[in-house]
Amino acid sequence: MRRICALGLLVVACALLAPHAASRAEYGDVVLNRRSDGEGVRPVIFPHWFHRIRFRCKVCHFELGFEMRAGANDVTMDDIANGKFCGMCHDGKTAWGADRCDLCHAGKPGQPSRIVGGAQTSGPGRW
Amino acid sequence: MRLLLALAIVATLVAPAAADDRKWLPLAKDGIHDPANPALRLKQEPAEALSKLPPDTAGNLVNWVRALESGAIAPRTNILPETNVRVRDDEIIVSKFGSMPAVVFPHRPHTLWLDCSNCHEKLFVSKAGANRFSMQKILDGEQCGVCHGAVAFPLTECNRCHSLPNEVLLRRMRK
Repeated sequence: MRRICALGLLVVACALLAPHAASRAEYGDVVLNRRSDGEGVRPVIFPHWFHRIRFRCKVCHFELGFEMRAGANDVTMDDIANGKFCGMCHDGKTAWGADRCDLCHAGKPGQPSRIVGGAQTSGPGRW
Repeated sequence: MRLLLALAIVATLVAPAAADDRKWLPLAKDGIHDPANPALRLKQEPAEALSKLPPDTAGNLVNWVRALESGAIAPRTNILPETNVRVRDDEIIVSKFGSMPAVVFPHRPHTLWLDCSNCHEKLFVSKAGANRFSMQKILDGEQCGVCHGAVAFPLTECNRCHSLPNEVLLRRMRK
């Protein structure tokens, strides 16, 4: 009887202490670092989760013309200041403007452009 | 003693279902944000936004289609007033009679988020049966893998696409 009780308690303890998902950035987060490192600013972190609560994919990937491939879009600060790409909303009215550097350029320096999640898995396609 | 054991077992069975135990890492600890950036505290934390949305077991732990269909979120369909917002309701059945259940591709949830031109004609031609799908390509981030594995539910969720048993499909075709 005591052994069964101990087993029961062990099961409960395991359920309570189950480890949570391994440490990683949010699914769909994009690191953009075509130029940032070279220009001496932090790379941009683009969170898909934040933007898709407010806009459907088609707004950026159809109306604004963003290619659906991390690192494939050649976006300059000039473009943004002229209302293209991110600048369509990041104009200081709809969303914060291009003068708030640190809010977008928020990544750890030295990271390659990529999507966290990722577009490629470590599955058979890579073996 | 027996009561204690019974309670313990009941608690184990009920606990995971009852509580929303989803967890999201704070931005400063996610490995890609620079914790030294003073502006980091001005940004919204994933947990604050995502904990209020319908749960899922993969990706952001949010069922994004359910979030949209239930009205939990109301993301804008367009910014430019002249944009034609297109939604299509039909379903395409592909990958029939293979080693896995057939794939049901529902246009509706895809077109609620995306425009036709995001997939057609570059990724897929607009003709049922005319596209050759390959799991190898999908796992390499091509075809469905452009989004699934990156922003839409990941490729470990086999049965969410491969959802129609071949026997059911066969019976349907005989009718």
